[in-house]
Amino acid sequence: MPQDITLKIIDRDGVPHEVQAPTDMNMSIMEVIRAYELAPEGTIGICGGMAMCASCQCYVLNDVPLPEKGADEEAMLWEALNVKENSRLGCQIQITDAINGLEIEIAPES
Amino acid sequence: MIETDILIIGAGPTGLFAVFEAGLLKLKCHIVDALPQIGGQLSELYPKKPIYDIPGFPEVLAGDLVDNLMEQIKQFQPGFTLNETAETIDKLADGTFIVTTNKGTKHHAKAVAIAGGLGSFEPRKPLIDNIEFYEDKGVEYFVKDPELFRNKKIIIAGGGDSALDWSIFLADVASEVTLIHRRNEFRGALDSVEKLQEYKKLGLVKLITPAEVTALHGENHLSAITINKDGASEKIETDYFIPLFGLTPKLGSIANWGLEIEKNAIKVNNALDYQTNIDGIYAIGDVNIYPGKLKLILCGFHEATLMCQSVYQRINPGKKYVLKYTTVSGVDGFDGTRKEAEKAVVKSIE
Repeated sequence: MPQDITLKIIDRDGVPHEVQAPTDMNMSIMEVIRAYELAPEGTIGICGGMAMCASCQCYVLNDVPLPEKGADEEAMLWEALNVKENSRLGCQIQITDAINGLEIEIAPES
Repeated sequence: MIETDILIIGAGPTGLFAVFEAGLLKLKCHIVDALPQIGGQLSELYPKKPIYDIPGFPEVLAGDLVDNLMEQIKQFQPGFTLNETAETIDKLADGTFIVTTNKGTKHHAKAVAIAGGLGSFEPRKPLIDNIEFYEDKGVEYFVKDPELFRNKKIIIAGGGDSALDWSIFLADVASEVTLIHRRNEFRGALDSVEKLQEYKKLGLVKLITPAEVTALHGENHLSAITINKDGASEKIETDYFIPLFGLTPKLGSIANWGLEIEKNAIKVNNALDYQTNIDGIYAIGDVNIYPGKLKLILCGFHEATLMCQSVYQRINPGKKYVLKYTTVSGVDGFDGTRKEAEKAVVKSIE
């Protein structure tokens, strides 16, 4: 039985949440945020997770190693607003054991 | 004034399929959409991506699904008001509605079905001071009429498909096309990227990368922009600035129609007919919410079907009707066409 991992997610109001996420449901960070309703529906995951809208942009706050950005994610982040050095698209980061303990902040709506 | 039975707001898959179900009940539909083309998200966001959960289609490209839906509904002759946003709604004393768009087009309908998905797509605006002042005065977020740019100097900003495609298209229309992008790389269809490369070599499109537009100038109309390239500022004269940074959906004016809204979606009665808190206004597809809601195209099709049955009863109170199967009764188009199953023969075999 796979174990859930723990993530710390700071919502757009600055409130931190510690959440458990399953590793065997092919979920992304964006989907975990939606599942826990940490951002209102219609303000996150608008394109469904195709790296085409940047509504799931997050800032990575600790040094948990993450998979490299793909070309689609890179390109979307060039166009998005409020992008920082530590910006990632939540939809492009899968929930795996390797990211247990990851801390992120959801970027402002734009 | 456009007259119709059901005014559908949103030309996505749910709105399009509603035309078919309404047509079977002899109800006429007219569709309003903010975008210049039909298909909603499927056309705007992912026309070339496959969908795997449409019953009966193991795999279908989003763009092909839209084409098929249009083919399926064409005999019911839906009307379209495209490139306009439904802005206000007025309920008349007889229970019918007048829906007016941002361009003043009026539609008179016996029922309204909001199939608006995530809302109407609005341009993502770059963060430049006073950009609002120059809107319609040299700043355009869409290319609605290419003729506006004939023999003008234009500057396009962006790195995706629309920036590439419009730079290429307008190179033959405008006197000068400059494309500015934050990066040296572009994301788009391979043939568009290659064509832009060729246009650059031929001097048909001027490329400035990596650079950003930082300021706009001009007294009553845009006359120049300032860009930042490698930390240095440069002022460039231009007639038009077209930032193409994608579209983001907003519920927009519909949020002010007095409908019950929850989680950016419209609450409906899912036990019955997907009607909202206002009698005669329905919400179907991704735009609605009810306990257990799933934002799936196939759920939108179901919701559209029930909505049409409810509108039939609303328009024809007391008029008897039972659900019919198209295999049995065929499909009679408003254009005089008829589709029906081939008749079996009764014949002895010798």
